[in-house]
Amino acid sequence: MDAGIRRHDAGIAEESIIRTLGMTRYIVQRLLLLPFLLLVYSFVIFAIIHAPPGDFLTAYVATLSATGTSISIDQINALRHEYGLDQPFIIQYLYWVRDLLHGNFGLSLEYQRPNADLIKEQLGLTMALAAMAFVLTWLIAVPAGIYSATHQRSAIDHVLTVINYVGVATPNFMLALILMWIAFAYFGISITGLFSSAFADAPWSMARVVDLLEHIWLPAVVLAIAGTARLTRIMRANLLDELNKPYVVTARAKGMREWRLVWRYPVRLALNPLISTIGWYLPQLFSGSLIVATVMNLPNIGPLLLRALVNQDMYLAGGILLIYSFLTIVGTLLSDIALVMMDPRIRMET
Amino acid sequence: MSDVQVAVGAAVEDRVAVASNWKLVWWRFRRHHLALVSAGILICMYLVVLCPEFFSTQNPERTDARQAFIPVQTLHFFDDGWNPWVPGIAGKRNPVTLRMEWTTDPQRKVRVQFFTAGEPYRVLGLFGTNIHVIGAADPGQRIFLLGSDRLGRDQWSRIMRGTQTSMTVGLVAVTLSVIFGVVLGGISGYFGGAIDLVIQRLIELLQSVPTIPIWLALSAALPRDWTPIQVFFAITVILSLIGWTTLAREVRGRFLALREEDFVLAARLAGCSRMRIILRHMVPTFMSHIIATSSLAIPVMIINETSLSFLGLGIRPPAISWGVLLQEAQNIQTLALAPWLLIPGLIVIVAVLAFNLVGDGLRDASDPYSH
Amino acid sequence: MPPIPTATKPLLRVRDLRVSFRMDEGTVRAVDGVSFDVFPSQVVGIVGESGCGKSVTMRAVLQLIDAPGRITSGEILYRQGATPIDLARLPPRGRLMRALRGAEIALIPQEPMAAFSPVHTVGAQIIEAILLHERRDGRPIGREQARAMTVELFRDVGISMAEQRIDAYSWQLSGGLRQRAMIAMALSCKPRLLIADEPTTAIDVTTQAQILALLRELQRKYQTAIIFITHDLGVIAQMAHYVVVMYLGRVMEEGPVDEIFHSPMHPYTKALLRSIPSLQTEVRAALPVIAGALPHPFNRPAGCPFHPRCEDIMRERCAMAVPALHSLGPRRAVSCFLHSDLAEPA
Repeated sequence: MDAGIRRHDAGIAEESIIRTLGMTRYIVQRLLLLPFLLLVYSFVIFAIIHAPPGDFLTAYVATLSATGTSISIDQINALRHEYGLDQPFIIQYLYWVRDLLHGNFGLSLEYQRPNADLIKEQLGLTMALAAMAFVLTWLIAVPAGIYSATHQRSAIDHVLTVINYVGVATPNFMLALILMWIAFAYFGISITGLFSSAFADAPWSMARVVDLLEHIWLPAVVLAIAGTARLTRIMRANLLDELNKPYVVTARAKGMREWRLVWRYPVRLALNPLISTIGWYLPQLFSGSLIVATVMNLPNIGPLLLRALVNQDMYLAGGILLIYSFLTIVGTLLSDIALVMMDPRIRMET
Repeated sequence: MSDVQVAVGAAVEDRVAVASNWKLVWWRFRRHHLALVSAGILICMYLVVLCPEFFSTQNPERTDARQAFIPVQTLHFFDDGWNPWVPGIAGKRNPVTLRMEWTTDPQRKVRVQFFTAGEPYRVLGLFGTNIHVIGAADPGQRIFLLGSDRLGRDQWSRIMRGTQTSMTVGLVAVTLSVIFGVVLGGISGYFGGAIDLVIQRLIELLQSVPTIPIWLALSAALPRDWTPIQVFFAITVILSLIGWTTLAREVRGRFLALREEDFVLAARLAGCSRMRIILRHMVPTFMSHIIATSSLAIPVMIINETSLSFLGLGIRPPAISWGVLLQEAQNIQTLALAPWLLIPGLIVIVAVLAFNLVGDGLRDASDPYSH
Repeated sequence: MPPIPTATKPLLRVRDLRVSFRMDEGTVRAVDGVSFDVFPSQVVGIVGESGCGKSVTMRAVLQLIDAPGRITSGEILYRQGATPIDLARLPPRGRLMRALRGAEIALIPQEPMAAFSPVHTVGAQIIEAILLHERRDGRPIGREQARAMTVELFRDVGISMAEQRIDAYSWQLSGGLRQRAMIAMALSCKPRLLIADEPTTAIDVTTQAQILALLRELQRKYQTAIIFITHDLGVIAQMAHYVVVMYLGRVMEEGPVDEIFHSPMHPYTKALLRSIPSLQTEVRAALPVIAGALPHPFNRPAGCPFHPRCEDIMRERCAMAVPALHSLGPRRAVSCFLHSDLAEPA
């Protein structure tokens, strides 16, 4: 053995310690970046919600006059002062951030209730819906993609490909509309909402949970379909790439059972890039549920945001946007970490 | 195995050796039959974009409350030989709901003509004409090839106008994205260093934005009193604002890889200027790839526009887009009564499907290493 | 040169093997009637330009031909016990074929870099092979034992610090070490036949020599038969007892290594030998090359595949018929009309 190799040997043990340290440092670095990112987002979000000409009161006055009620200029100015809407942009922003740091999301101008309460009421169900759609997506897409790739050009592969193309091409809300229309026109049932009317405002109980489970699966399926189609296509393409790699031949030459070697080697590698996008996918699903939730009239922060935007209820809109951003950043962070843990090549570089 | 494949990819016949890259791409693309059919569909759609009035049967804005929710009048071509017609409509008021209920009556045939005279319009603002591709033989008669909506507007003609808007939004938004993406990605990849770092951080920031909520917020921020044209361009810019990042990343990656290629080094040694190396040597090598990527980005834009407009935050009436048309289908009770209001949604699906198939075909065809 | 081991019966007997790939553009006959024998503990070198079908032939022996490719005819007789089995008839994914792969017939692939999974440790991949095939008293052996065996194998193939190295990932090892690990994996179940598919092309020249020396040493130690695929005649001279020269999916000539090098009969073999630089050739003399280019696989010349580039072409004969592989003795054959007028049945 030559000297170079021996020198390399001595290095292995130390390097692995440094590498483990590097991994922790990487995560800490990313975590430290998080508040900074949130600050940047909060500014951008505030700029956007502040952008429309006029403010909530202008919109409020417009609604009032449409219903025939009028309100005096003095009253409006008093209200404007009370809400701080007459302050310069930057002052309003600083007040907002200060309140946010105290966990205060402000008061909804429209509902006259704390924004935090409004959001909290819907957040749990929103996340439950997204999580369910997410689980459905992966449960269907990964096996379907593997089957398609390992049985390339088989009848089922062709069928799956057609379904995938149509699934990707159908906007979420179209799918929701079509399903609702079929259910209503042919079965006479209305499938909106997450609860039947008896449970809509009832306190949580076992029966309410059961009722929720009876209703949540349909919006979850609607949400999952487009994602499933996309994920199946990516999984199939990734796996087809991996199946052509020499290490698959090596594994076959070992005499491994085909399905076992496929699961152990190429599937593992084909999954890596998918896992790295989980963090993007989850918030996407979360904000994607916005449109479906609006169409299907689900208790979800999506429709809440939509209403707040239309009515210029700016602090409510800002709070919801900030929560969306927070979830997106955390999601990206989690998937980066997951990727680093999954792939030793990246794990040892960082 | 690999030896054989390389040899196959290298040259099928002698003519392959001298064919230009575009010719090779076309030869490979031609083999995807579905992509070819889809390309045909898209060409038809863009013909509609050029002049929707020519394909309409009437003014898309014309309302008539007495002709609300008229069902689809299916076009028939033959009646003792070539003699196109649509069935007539008979209405009866339901005594309980007080709604008009329409039935088609194939006994009463309404004659239809191709290339018939109708409302006057201007083609691309250049010259005026009153020829429409299809219309009722009797100019006083209205025909509803795809039914009518709650205000008695003709859905066929509205879809033609909507096609113009939605397909244009997709195309313009992607063009903007491509310009942003290629310029910024190119700069980032070619120069590297600090510029690269700044652009990469910006892209990361934009990519970790929750797109749909931010789009909604931006659209909601558009002044209410803007004209449809202003809104149209604003929406297009909003859509392309996020779209360019993916493309910029891809272009950057290509530039980084190409910078190391021998032919770029050769060009540099031959004394080519930096601009010439970029434009004559590097860009052509990934041009076909960019086209494939952008044709896959158009359908995403179309879906986004449709969703935004559907929620009432995108294109606003009186402008017509596919999303605006689908707003009519929002109410399930209405939909049960008039299922044809979902037809614009089917058009969206067909268009997106066609773009995806063409894009996939182009992507496969533009990969010089595919076989 | 080591003496040719004498054994009465061949371990592997390939007869008139044909493999074709059906593609959109047409059918490629990658292997077009190949016959040769491999005797126990003998090294057979298969030599030819890239694209001549040597790798496909070996994939066929392991039944590892990928999708559009198919064995269309011929026999691959492998002697396990008294009666030979025809591998060409076995279902590629069947239990019997899998039991042979790795255990009886092992493969050393071309690129050691890509031949290991990058997300599993090298050791785990070798242990897996051992666990698949090795039995002690009729029962599968344990993981600990397999690991110990792997460490032992690593020492055998000259990898220092074997205990640490088996927990390394392939991309942490140098090219030479990676190929040694690959050899360790191939030898892990003591196969009787080893297929080495250009094992040294991706490695630098100094390491190449070490790997070749290692392979020779291990071959003597374990008495393994090796099929050695290469385009490098120099490597053949060092390694092989017996040589098969291939061109465009056909065997041009085969025979003991001395005879091929000292009295080549086929014009293609002669041309190949002329193109090796040697110490005796004059300095700065142009190295003779074979005229013309390898034809495109869809464009196979009619008649003898080599005739368009052949110096001794007989116009009225070589373009018209395909010369049959003519046996000139127990272990010597050539397919050329200069030596026998026998043609393949049309």
